[in-house]
Amino acid sequence: MYSPEILLTAVLNGLMTGAVYALIAVGLTLVYGVLHIINFAHGATLTAAMFAVYVLHAAFGLDPYLAMAVTVPGFFALGYAVQRLVIGPASHGDDGNILLVTLGLAIIIENALLVVFRSDTRSIDVPYGFAVIEVGPLFLSLPRVIAVFVVLLVALLLWLFLARSTTGQAIRAVAKEKMGAALVGIDVGHIYAVTFGLGAACLAVAASLLMPTFLVNPRIGNAFVLVAFTIVVLGGMGSIPGALLGGLFIGVVESLSGLFMGESLGQIGIFLIFILVLLFRPTGLFGAKA
Amino acid sequence: MSALRPYRAILLALALLALLPVLFTTGTVRNFLIFTLIVALAAQGWNLLGGYGGQFSFGHASFFGTGAYAIAILQARAGLNPWLALPVAVALGALAGAVIGTLAFRARLRGSYFALVTLAFAEVLRIVANVLPITGGAAGTLIRLNVDPLNFQFADRAHFYWVTLVFLGAAMVLVRALERGRFGARLVAVRENEDAARALGVDVLRVKIVAITLSAAITAVAGCLYAQNFLYLDAAIAYGPWISVEALLAPIIGGLGTVFGPLIGALVLHGLGELTKVWIGALTGGSVPGIDLVLFGILLIATVGFAPRGILGLVARLRMLPA
Amino acid sequence: MTTTSSGIRRRGLLAATAALPLAAPHVRAQPAAVKIGILQPVTGALAQDGEHGRLGAEIAIDHVNRAGGIRSLGGARLEMVFGDARSNPEGGVAEVERMQAEGVVAIVGGFASPICLAASQAAARYDLPYIVDVGVSDQIVQRGLRNTFRFGPGFGTVTRAALDNLVAINDAAGKPAKTVVIVHEDGLFGSGMARLLNAQLPERGFQVLETIAHPTPSRDMSNVALRIRALGPDLLIPSSYYGEFVLLARTMQQQRIRPKAGIYAVLNGAASNFRFVREFPEAANHIMDCNHWADPRKPLTAEVRKAAEATGRFWLYNIPLNYSCVRLLADAIERAGAADRGRIIEALAASTFDGHIMPYGPTRFENGQNTGAAPVNTQVQNGDIKVIFPRAFADAQPVFPAA
Repeated sequence: MYSPEILLTAVLNGLMTGAVYALIAVGLTLVYGVLHIINFAHGATLTAAMFAVYVLHAAFGLDPYLAMAVTVPGFFALGYAVQRLVIGPASHGDDGNILLVTLGLAIIIENALLVVFRSDTRSIDVPYGFAVIEVGPLFLSLPRVIAVFVVLLVALLLWLFLARSTTGQAIRAVAKEKMGAALVGIDVGHIYAVTFGLGAACLAVAASLLMPTFLVNPRIGNAFVLVAFTIVVLGGMGSIPGALLGGLFIGVVESLSGLFMGESLGQIGIFLIFILVLLFRPTGLFGAKA
Repeated sequence: MSALRPYRAILLALALLALLPVLFTTGTVRNFLIFTLIVALAAQGWNLLGGYGGQFSFGHASFFGTGAYAIAILQARAGLNPWLALPVAVALGALAGAVIGTLAFRARLRGSYFALVTLAFAEVLRIVANVLPITGGAAGTLIRLNVDPLNFQFADRAHFYWVTLVFLGAAMVLVRALERGRFGARLVAVRENEDAARALGVDVLRVKIVAITLSAAITAVAGCLYAQNFLYLDAAIAYGPWISVEALLAPIIGGLGTVFGPLIGALVLHGLGELTKVWIGALTGGSVPGIDLVLFGILLIATVGFAPRGILGLVARLRMLPA
Repeated sequence: MTTTSSGIRRRGLLAATAALPLAAPHVRAQPAAVKIGILQPVTGALAQDGEHGRLGAEIAIDHVNRAGGIRSLGGARLEMVFGDARSNPEGGVAEVERMQAEGVVAIVGGFASPICLAASQAAARYDLPYIVDVGVSDQIVQRGLRNTFRFGPGFGTVTRAALDNLVAINDAAGKPAKTVVIVHEDGLFGSGMARLLNAQLPERGFQVLETIAHPTPSRDMSNVALRIRALGPDLLIPSSYYGEFVLLARTMQQQRIRPKAGIYAVLNGAASNFRFVREFPEAANHIMDCNHWADPRKPLTAEVRKAAEATGRFWLYNIPLNYSCVRLLADAIERAGAADRGRIIEALAASTFDGHIMPYGPTRFENGQNTGAAPVNTQVQNGDIKVIFPRAFADAQPVFPAA
């Protein structure tokens, strides 16, 4: 019923949206894979990062992409500190408590942003916000094409970091066997905090990629949380390549099911796939053996 | 008398709770108590599966919403008396639990995987309920206002409170009875070590499915009470993530796998919420929206920090200290 | 009317009087303030609407007090008891109970239909007058609650007006619009409106090519834009909250999708929002909206708008609606001559109040619904939002077809 041109555009749209989902999911899966916690504050942290990009643009005219130079280290430090000083001590390593603490953090972040910025939905206007790349009959949004490449780059860097660097190896060791890692002298608390910081840094990048075409209000991050969880599971919890592929896959599924079933019911497509994957292949679609 | 012995604390607590509307006659307090008890009841359902069975669900909204919608729809569309609709609604809620439980546990989902699949089921139900004609779609379902005890609507909030309390008490007694029986022992064995339980001859799958079915039934009662109290439902109210979160927060705060945990957790959680709202409201006149919730979040984290085993756990630890 | 009566100065004077009761026995004691409840969701998903609703109510209370308070009660001041409904019905009910405990004589607000339904019912227990500010679900006034009044239009009325106005505008321009695509949020008002439009547009000579529902929040509207491009309608009818419509309008501009006759929104969260107009003047230009809007010809409208904008907020419809609701209530209290709920309900039911700033004419309630309430059509024209229809209230001519 749709022309090939429309279908192709829908797939490309899905890939471009999915890339950003993937980056948000990479942060989540990293934290999950190492700390084995489900971070309820992930969405609120993304919102905070988006406001950071907004403020840097509104107050200093800083371009959202250049803002990464400030927000990425900033959010890494913030994530590190929050894990070290709040989540770690308050949760006493108990799953239920971690849920509560991250939920508490989400409530604090969301409402602190409400206090400071009020409830308005804001966006930033950059000269290239409406720029397109014309490919035949298609108009591809320039900021969203940029997003795809940045996400691939970040995923590659992260993967290299985990595979090659000493800290990366320590992170993988802790992920695999916490006790063993501690026995060989790895500072588990430090590694946890580094991982959490990396997760937050991923969100800072995602925020910069979103802001040129998206908008921000104190609750906007929630829109991405459920879909990010879905991707984490699809990709296999803890797997970065899995999250990347899962993100792109979910983006396309969402796009096509939205096209054929309508945007509202189309959301069911995501959750049904999610349920089916969990029921029949809980290690995820893309490899990672549990 | 001795048969009642294990239930003495519950009965005493219920008697004290029953006195509250006599002591506090304002609508503010009574309304607060009703809503808190409804949450406590939903949480008691969650606690049976999550606290005793160790299976953390993020999707108890599925059961809450099914109960709520069923009692509302049976009245609004089929003209059934709500007291008759109640058992049907609870049965449907239990059925939802049995179906979701069978699917998830047969697939051997545990931990976060189980949590996320329950969440996904609740989301699917929410999206479907938002478009189906029978639920009223996005316009929701309104239960006709007809204040009459025979109609499960009470002119006096105290009466609704006592009805809610009876259901909560029944759930607490049921959970205590299960806890003391063989089923409870098996359930806890499953929580502590599934493989060991299996080796001892426990039919793990069956225990889990029975647990989620009972759990869903209790939470469905809470849904029915919500519907009868507020008389209006839409998909976000019935199947929204808010109730899934409420249902799991209260037992964690109060004390996982304890009969009183959900009740104490709900009272503390909502008490803190009200307290910060009133206190900040008095300071700022409500002119800084959100600041009360910031404080609430901080108190939540502090509570967990000081009482990592729940409030009951903290009480138990303090008792063991030399006086 | 508001020359010198600064609240502070008056309070100072009264304090002085109170300190010298014997010296001035003939001075009347200050009449007790009349407490009114203002219920809005200022945290959670609906916070933006709630914040602006509250602002409108505050300005109205200020205006009433500066004009001498409630004269029939000896100049009693209105005192706001504010409640945050937290964007859910339970929150609304809890606040109604608190307001009841604090002794309010009436409640105004609620914003969202589920909150209004639950809160008005809770207020009915105490025979507490409840004025719904927005809540467009028609179930609100169909429950036979004698305490509940809705000053604004329900969505049956809104959709009918939207259709009538569309036909009139389209006919006047020589019927450039024949085919239509409807895009709506999948909640109560969007879905309800889409259903009514689908039933009635064909009867009025339009062809509905497709109806596209989307959830709130939506992360991406590219596919909606894509389908619009594939369908190529003359007219787009969107009914969404702020964020989703802004995304859609931006994507359409980027993809160079311009329906021939234009965009005709109904109860849209952005199409009559100055933030959208300021931030994306190009994407916003010439978008029409059938929505609640203040009467631009009333001098008081400009005064209220100035007061609202002085607080750094944009002029949203919630402000004039809540302003008007509070003034309506103040008038009813004035005529009731007592802070008595039963008498205020009677005064509201008999109200012919016309001191509001909505384009409604004198108020007349029938079963709690203000029969004169109706939406108007606005259009974004060169950075401003103008009323284009009905002509009786318009301050600009429609630009139609827009492209």
